[in-house]
Amino acid sequence: MTQTVAAPAPSRRPIGDLAFEILATAAGVLVLALLGAIIVSLFIGGLPAFRQFGVGFLTSADWDPVQQVFGAVVPIYGTIITSILALLMAVPVAFGIAFWLTELAPTWLRRPVGTAVELLAAVPSIIYGMWGFFIIVPFMGDYIQPVLIDWLGDLPLIGFLFQGPPFGTGIFTAALILAVMVIPFIAATMRDVFQTVPPVFKESAYGLGCTTWEVMRSIVIPYTSTSVVGGIMLGLGRALGETMAVTFVIGNTNRISTSLFGPGNTIASLVALEFPESPAGSLKLASLLALGFLLFVISFIVLAISRLLLRKGKVA
Amino acid sequence: MRLSKSLLVAALASAFALPAAAQQITGAGATFPAPVYAKWGEAAKAAIGIELNYQAIGSGGGQNQIFNRTVDFGASDAPVDADKLVANKLLQFPAVMGAVVPIINLPGIGADQVKLTGDLIAQIYLGKVTKWNDPKIVALNAGVTLPNLAIAPVYRADGSGTTFVFTSYLSVANADWKSGIGAGSSVKWAAGNGAKGNDGVAATVRQVKGGIGYVENAYATQNKLTTTQLRNKAGNFVKPTLAAFSEAAASGDWKGAKNYAVDLIDTAGASSWPIVSATFILLPTDPKDPARSANVMKFFDWAYKNGADIAKGLEYIALPTAVQDAVRASWKSDIKG
Repeated sequence: MTQTVAAPAPSRRPIGDLAFEILATAAGVLVLALLGAIIVSLFIGGLPAFRQFGVGFLTSADWDPVQQVFGAVVPIYGTIITSILALLMAVPVAFGIAFWLTELAPTWLRRPVGTAVELLAAVPSIIYGMWGFFIIVPFMGDYIQPVLIDWLGDLPLIGFLFQGPPFGTGIFTAALILAVMVIPFIAATMRDVFQTVPPVFKESAYGLGCTTWEVMRSIVIPYTSTSVVGGIMLGLGRALGETMAVTFVIGNTNRISTSLFGPGNTIASLVALEFPESPAGSLKLASLLALGFLLFVISFIVLAISRLLLRKGKVA
Repeated sequence: MRLSKSLLVAALASAFALPAAAQQITGAGATFPAPVYAKWGEAAKAAIGIELNYQAIGSGGGQNQIFNRTVDFGASDAPVDADKLVANKLLQFPAVMGAVVPIINLPGIGADQVKLTGDLIAQIYLGKVTKWNDPKIVALNAGVTLPNLAIAPVYRADGSGTTFVFTSYLSVANADWKSGIGAGSSVKWAAGNGAKGNDGVAATVRQVKGGIGYVENAYATQNKLTTTQLRNKAGNFVKPTLAAFSEAAASGDWKGAKNYAVDLIDTAGASSWPIVSATFILLPTDPKDPARSANVMKFFDWAYKNGADIAKGLEYIALPTAVQDAVRASWKSDIKG
């Protein structure tokens, strides 16, 4: 501010500059204001539920609309577990796509495949949901789940993860669909940032006799780590909040099942399903808004952790 | 430029002129009767020039909308409590009736071959009966070979009037269900998987061998789903037919019901289908705009008189004439004109 005042024409800045500055500032403040307003209104809406159940809302796995008892554990568990599983599946694949596109693919193929990845990111989630429900769910139920349940279900220690009837739906299927949905986001971000590495760095490394993998590991990834994690977080954000696709395939039960093939629920899908039948002023509506608030908190914690990890990485 | 502007003005004018020609009424709520309201709306527009704009947002949503007076009428599958009706100055009357039917997926077994009871279905959904060849099911089904297959119960994951009707029936049929789970548009299910909407339940049952679910009858008929027989209060096994639904509707205690909140679950008729329910309209008794409310009454008056065939075609059941007359009397006495 003081610098612009001290500039050669000090008395008056061009009106356009001023208007632009005001508009830009307003846009920036608007984001903060919107975010704050959403959080506050969710919290106020959810207040009756927090008052009624106290900490119990966070620790109870009971969701009983008839008895008016609501607890958030099942959807929170479902949201976190599906998102983590989805990332575990998506990140290696997305990394592979980005690596291949920037280092290995023949030049003439890079553009069409890159465009295809971006197109995948633009597919609406309801399409993924229907595809999951009509194609993946029967496939999982007929071929994948029975086999895995047979092979792994009786093993000690990890067997419990693979038990139960092969419905085809469930946590694992939901995570799989989520993975497919977030791969394009993560892959596109990774590819873009991999391309920002100055060629001179890579060429020097190759000159020293590094293999392609060594260049990737020692030059490209350290140079781009912040943005790579940013891309993963973008994917995680989508996975945490995804509604329709998950609703189709997760089985929608308010019970915690230890099996990966068991049904579950996520915050976003529970809210979407129950919202139309929640009368104004009811405890149920308050509980749904409280869940929305918790989703915000979870996203915030995830973001904070990722920042923390990044900072640690830089110090080391 | 000038030409296109005048064209635009003309287009806008005609767009605004249309709703003025056909008088529009707005309603929101229950999804259960939405198909029949849609057909009635089309027919009424042609016949009496009233255009219905109905949004099937769910019974809870419909109640909210009419409490806030954002629509001309609300629609709800579950009757609204008497004190809530008084507090919100609403008249409640039934529009039409419908039935809920169980659907199953068992290899080699066709429609209406398997016989079930409400008590057994409750035990299935409680997770107590888990195999199709359970002795309790076999005992009811002499002559039908039931496979050794796990039962996969499927329910509506979204809050819905269909679930309210179905769980009301299970509460009547099974004491454990009543005390442990109860009736509601969404409940704390003890077993099984949830799917979204009638179509989601139907598709899941179709995909999972050994599946059982419940949908409104119109949906089962249109999609040729495998329904079952049920035992009614009189002890007879009945198939889900329009005759069985109509008998249930006729044997309800309409006179004794306050605010028309008649209970049609498990009625006493010899061949009554046990899962039948009326769906309700909520109309303000102190309308902001009496003309619009009058049009709502005109619309349902027309539907009572002329909509029976449309309802029948969609497997809904029209109200008995005596009830229609009682509703017309209520309109006259309760709605301020």
